Amino acid sequence: MDYVIEMLNITKVFGNFVANDNITLQLKKGEIHALLGENGAGKSTLMNVLFGLYQPDGGEIRVKGKSVKITDPNVANDLGIGMVHQHFMLVDTFTVTENIILGKEPKYGAGTIDIKSAAEEITRLSELYGLEVDPYAVVADISVGMQQRVEILKTLYRGADILIFDEPTASLTPQEIMELIDIMKKLISEGKSIILITHKLKEIMEVADRVTVIRRGKAIKTLNVAETNPTELASLMVGRDVVFKTEKKPANPKEEVLKVENLVVKDYRGVDKVKNLNLSVRRGEILGIAGVDGNGQTELIEAITGLRRVESGNITLVGKDITNLKPRKITETGLGHIPQDRHRHGLVLNFSVGENFVLQSYYHEPFSKIGVLQNREIYNYANKLIEEYDVRTQSAYEPARALSGGNQQKVIIGREIDRDPDLLIAAQPTRGLDVGAIEFIHKRLIEQRDNGKAVLLISFELDEVMNVSDRIAVIFDGQILDIVNPKETNEQELGLLMAGHKVDRDNHQQMLDQAVKKEGEE
Amino acid sequence: MSLTDTIAFIFYNAIFYAAPLIFTGLGAVFTERSGVTNIGLEGVMQIGAFTGIISNLFLHDIFGGATVFVSIMIAMIVGSLFSSLLAISSVTFRSDQIIAGTALNMLAAGATIFLVKKLFEGKGQTPMVKDAITRFDIPVLENIPVIGKIFFQNVYLTSYLAILAAIVGWVILFKTPFGLRLRSVGEHPTAADTMGIKVNRMRYIGVMISGALGGIGGAIYAQSITLDYSHATISGQGFMAIAAMIFGKWNPLGMMGAAIFFGFAQSLSTIGPSIPFIKDIPTVYLYILPYVLTILAVAGFIGKSVAPKALNTPYIKGSR
Amino acid sequence: MSKRWTPILIPVLAVILGLLVGAVIIAISGYNPIVGYAQLWEGIFGDSYVIGESIRQITPYVLAGLAVAFAFKTGLFNIGVEGQLIVGWFAAVYVGISFDLPAYIHLPLAILAAGLAGAFWAFIPGILKAKLGVNEVVVTIMLNYTALHVTNALIRSIAKGDTTEQIAQTASLRIPFFEEITQYSRLHGGIFIAILTVIIIWFILEKTTLGFELKAAGFSQDASKYAGMNVPRNIVISMVISGFIAGLAGAMEGLGTFEYVSTKTAMTGIGFDGIAVAVLGGNNPIGVVFGAILFGALKYGSLNMPNPPAQIPEEMISVIIAVIIFFVASGYLFQWLYEKFSKKKGVK
Repeated sequence: MDYVIEMLNITKVFGNFVANDNITLQLKKGEIHALLGENGAGKSTLMNVLFGLYQPDGGEIRVKGKSVKITDPNVANDLGIGMVHQHFMLVDTFTVTENIILGKEPKYGAGTIDIKSAAEEITRLSELYGLEVDPYAVVADISVGMQQRVEILKTLYRGADILIFDEPTASLTPQEIMELIDIMKKLISEGKSIILITHKLKEIMEVADRVTVIRRGKAIKTLNVAETNPTELASLMVGRDVVFKTEKKPANPKEEVLKVENLVVKDYRGVDKVKNLNLSVRRGEILGIAGVDGNGQTELIEAITGLRRVESGNITLVGKDITNLKPRKITETGLGHIPQDRHRHGLVLNFSVGENFVLQSYYHEPFSKIGVLQNREIYNYANKLIEEYDVRTQSAYEPARALSGGNQQKVIIGREIDRDPDLLIAAQPTRGLDVGAIEFIHKRLIEQRDNGKAVLLISFELDEVMNVSDRIAVIFDGQILDIVNPKETNEQELGLLMAGHKVDRDNHQQMLDQAVKKEGEE
Repeated sequence: MSLTDTIAFIFYNAIFYAAPLIFTGLGAVFTERSGVTNIGLEGVMQIGAFTGIISNLFLHDIFGGATVFVSIMIAMIVGSLFSSLLAISSVTFRSDQIIAGTALNMLAAGATIFLVKKLFEGKGQTPMVKDAITRFDIPVLENIPVIGKIFFQNVYLTSYLAILAAIVGWVILFKTPFGLRLRSVGEHPTAADTMGIKVNRMRYIGVMISGALGGIGGAIYAQSITLDYSHATISGQGFMAIAAMIFGKWNPLGMMGAAIFFGFAQSLSTIGPSIPFIKDIPTVYLYILPYVLTILAVAGFIGKSVAPKALNTPYIKGSR
Repeated sequence: MSKRWTPILIPVLAVILGLLVGAVIIAISGYNPIVGYAQLWEGIFGDSYVIGESIRQITPYVLAGLAVAFAFKTGLFNIGVEGQLIVGWFAAVYVGISFDLPAYIHLPLAILAAGLAGAFWAFIPGILKAKLGVNEVVVTIMLNYTALHVTNALIRSIAKGDTTEQIAQTASLRIPFFEEITQYSRLHGGIFIAILTVIIIWFILEKTTLGFELKAAGFSQDASKYAGMNVPRNIVISMVISGFIAGLAGAMEGLGTFEYVSTKTAMTGIGFDGIAVAVLGGNNPIGVVFGAILFGALKYGSLNMPNPPAQIPEEMISVIIAVIIFFVASGYLFQWLYEKFSKKKGVK
C-alpha cells in the first residue's frame, strides 16, 4: 500500500492528561482522509504533532515510507506537509502576499524582499488551483472565504503536497463550503493528499474517501466512507447511540415577550450591521435564528441586551420599551443571557463558582446589604444551584477556570435561568461541548419554553436550530430574510436563505436552479 | 542674528538634542514591534551613559581621538547585554514586561551609581571627560548657499548618524525578511510560529537591538550634553524616547520626526532666552510639551496610534 | 508545589535569592558581604533612632505600594504613582503653609488636599482609559514627568527659590512623643494613616460590592460588562482611589518627613519602589504591608552600609531590590525549575 503519511502508535501527554493514546493514522496518496471526533477528542493535538508544533511522547511518524522526526513547522514544510488552520493564522495588518511569503521570502541581491516576484508566483498558484485572491489586499479587509484561500495558498507556496484542513467549514456559508469542496477535489486531481479534520458527518459523507474516528484520545476505527453511514459514524464518535432528534412536546405560544422593530445597529467600525430588522418572540416558544456568522447576530444580541447602542428602531420587552437602556436595567426587566463566548463574556474565570453564580445579583439582598457582601448567603445559594444544575466542581470556592467547558456552561445557565427571566437569549449555547452536555442544555431550553417563557436561540449550527426551535428566523445581511417552520423546511432551503436567496415556495425548484446558476456566474 | 543664523542655530540644537532620542526611540520601535515593551530603556540609557563616560575616561590614553566612538561601541554592547535581562525575564520566564522593565530601571540606577562610587572613592559623580563629541563641517555640502549654512556647517556627526540610523531602521523593518518576521511576531506570534519563525528568538533579538541602540543613545547623550555621569544625567530621556516612538506610531521615520520635534522643544528650554518670541514662554511649557503631546497622541487627538497586537503578552506554545 | 502556598513561597524565595545574589555582587566588588549585611541590620534595628527612621521610610512605601496594588486589582497598571505622589506632596505643603487654622482642621485639610491632588492626577489616565480606551501605562509615565516639571515651576513661583518655607505646625504629622522615644528621629504619625488606609482598602476589596465589581473588571472587563456592571465608571473610580492613596504618600513626605517641598531634578523613586512593594506583596493589601516593611527598611538601613568598616555604597540595595523583583515577576522560573527538578527525580 502506498502511504504518504503514517502516524504509528502516537502518544501525547499533557501533565496527567493523555491527549493522544496510541493513535495510528495512515494517509494514502491522493485520498481525502477524514479525522472525525468530538471537541477535545484529540484531533487537533494529533495534527499539531504531525505539523511539528508538539513533540509526541511515543510512536513513530513516517512520511513517504521514511521515518522522520518533525521538530518544528519548518521540518513539516520541508517534508511537504501544510496545514490550513481552523483559526486562520494570518497577520491582519499584512498584505495577502506578505502573509503567504512570511518565513520564505524571495529576496533581491541587496537583501530586501522582492514583493513583485512573490505576488506573481501567488497569482500563478491561485490560477492553477482556482483560488482567487488579491495579492496586494490587506488581510483585515478581505472576506473570510478569501482568508481561507490565503491559508491554502500559504501551504501551496511552500510546495506542500499533503494538506491538513482543520475544521475548514466552521465559519463558511453553505455556498462557500461548496466552493471549498470543489477546491479540495481540484487539489486531489493535481496530485495532493488531504487530511480533513471535522466533526461534521455530512462533509465526510460528501467528500472523504476514508475516515478515522477518534474518541477520548484513542483511535476507534478506520472505515471506507462508501461502506458506512452517518448513524454509525455518530455512535462511533460518541461511544453510544445518538438520538438526532431532541424530544419535545408541540409548542404552545402565547403573548409576545420581545418585539424588535426597524432596528438599526452599527458594529465597532461604524458600519451598519443590523439593518431595519423586525422580530418578535412569544411566551412558550423557542425562536431560532439561523445564519452565517457575521450577518448581524452579534450586534442584534448586543442591542437587545443593551451592550451596544441602537441607532434607530425600538426594542420592547414584556411591554416595556428597553431601547438603549443600561444592560442592568434590561436584565432586571426580565432578560437572561447566555453569551456566545462563555470564557470572555459569561464568566469571570478567576472568580469562584459561587461568585460567578451571583455575578448578576450580588448587589441585591440577601447577597449584599448596604454595599457589604454577605458571603454566607452567596455560598448557600451557590451550593443549591450546584446541586440543581449538576455542576461537577470540587466546591463552590473553586475558581470557574478549573471547571470543564460543559460545567462552566451549566454555571451560566443556572445563573441565568434561576433569575426566572421572561426572555432567555442563548447564543451558541453548545459550542465546543460534548454530546452529553449538549443534550442537557437543549433539555433546559425546552423546559424553559414549557414553563411559559420565551427563548431566543442563536446558532451557526443548522442541526441545532432545526432540532430545538419552534420557528426559525433566517438572518442575512442584518435583516430577517424569512421565518420558516422547522418541520416544513430542509437544509437546502435554509442554506439558500442563509446565503441571501429568498425562496418562493410555489416555485421552489426553479428558484433553486437559478440561484445555483447565479452562484456559478459570480 | 540674521534669520539664517537663527534657523541654523535652532536646527543644529534640535538635532543635537534629538540624536540620543532617535537612537533610543529606534530601539523602542524594534522591541515593541517584536511584541515586548521595554520601559527599561530609561535604565538602558543610564547604563549606556555610564559605560560611555567610564570608557571615555579610562580609554582616552589608548584611543586618543577615536575614544568617543570606541566608547559608544562599548556602550552599545553593554546596553544590549543589560537589556537581555528583560528578555530572559519576560520572554523566557513570562514575567510582566512592565514590571521587568521597572526592575531594569531600578537596577540601572542603583548599579551605575554603585560603580561610580566604587571607582571614584565614594563620590557620586564622575570627573568630566576630556574628549566630547565635537562639531565639524561636512565637506562639500557645507558650501551650498543657505542650506549649507543651516544643515551642514558646524554640526554634530552623531546627529546625522542618528538620522541615517532611523532610515536604515525603516528599511530593515519594512523591506527585509527580518523586518517582516519581527513584525509578524509582534502582531500574531502563533501565526509566525506556524510559519516556522522562532518567536522567542525574534523577541530576544528585538529586545537586544533596543538595548544596543539605547546604549548608544545614552552614550551619545552623556558624551555630548552632560560630559560626566551622575544620578541626574539621564532623567526621563528614555521615557521621552518611548514617547517619540508612540508619537511616531511605531514607525522609525515617524519616531525620528517626533524625536527631532522633542529635541527642538528640549533645546528651546536651553537656548530659548537668546531667541526672540521664545524667551517669553515659561520654560515649564517647553519641558512638558513632549509628554503632553504624547498623551494627546495616544488619546487619538492627533491621529490614531495603534500598538502591535501582541504587545505585553508572553508567547506560550499551544495557546491561541 | 502546592498552589495555595505559591503566593507566599515565591516572594520568600525571591527575597532569599535576591540577598544571596546581592552578597555575591558585593563580594565580587571587593567588599565583605557579611560585614555589609551586619551594618544593614544595624542601620535598621541598631537603636531607637534608626528604628524610628526605618518606620518613617516604610510609611510612604505602604501607601505607594497600596496605590499600585489597588489599581492592579482592577486590571490597571498605575505606573504614575510617582507623579501622583509629587503633586500630592506639593498640595499638602501648599495647604500647610498657606492657611492659618487650628490643627484639627488644618492637618486633615492638608492631607485631603494631597489625596485630591493625587486623585486628580490619576483621574486623567482613568478617564482617558474609560472613554477612549487609551493605555494607562503610557499616559501615567508621561504624567510623571509632567508632574515633576509642573510642581517645580509652581514651587519656584510660590517660594521664589528652590525650597518652600516650612509648613505651619498645625499641619504637621510629627508627634513629639514619637520624636522623644526615638532620639529625635523624623518618625511621624503618618504610619497610623497608612495602616488605616490599608484596612479600609482591604475591606473595600474583599467585603463590598464595589470591590466585587472592581475585581471583576480587573479579571475580565468583558464579563463584567456583560454582567451589567459599569466598567468605564469602575476604571475611573479605581484610578481615582489609587491616585488618592498615592497623594497620601506625598502628604507623608510633605507633612511628616520633610515639612517642606523643594524642586527636584529627578523622580523621588518612591512611586517606582511602590511597584516593587506591590509586586512583592502579590498586590494584596496585607502583602503590601510586608513588602513595604522589607523594602522600606532595606532602603533606610542601606544608608548605614557606606560607613566603615563595610564602606559599601548604599545603591547596592536598589540592585538587590531589582533582583528580587526580577525573581518575583518571573514566577514561571520557579515553576520551570520545579518541573525540571521533579522530572529528574521521576526518572530515578
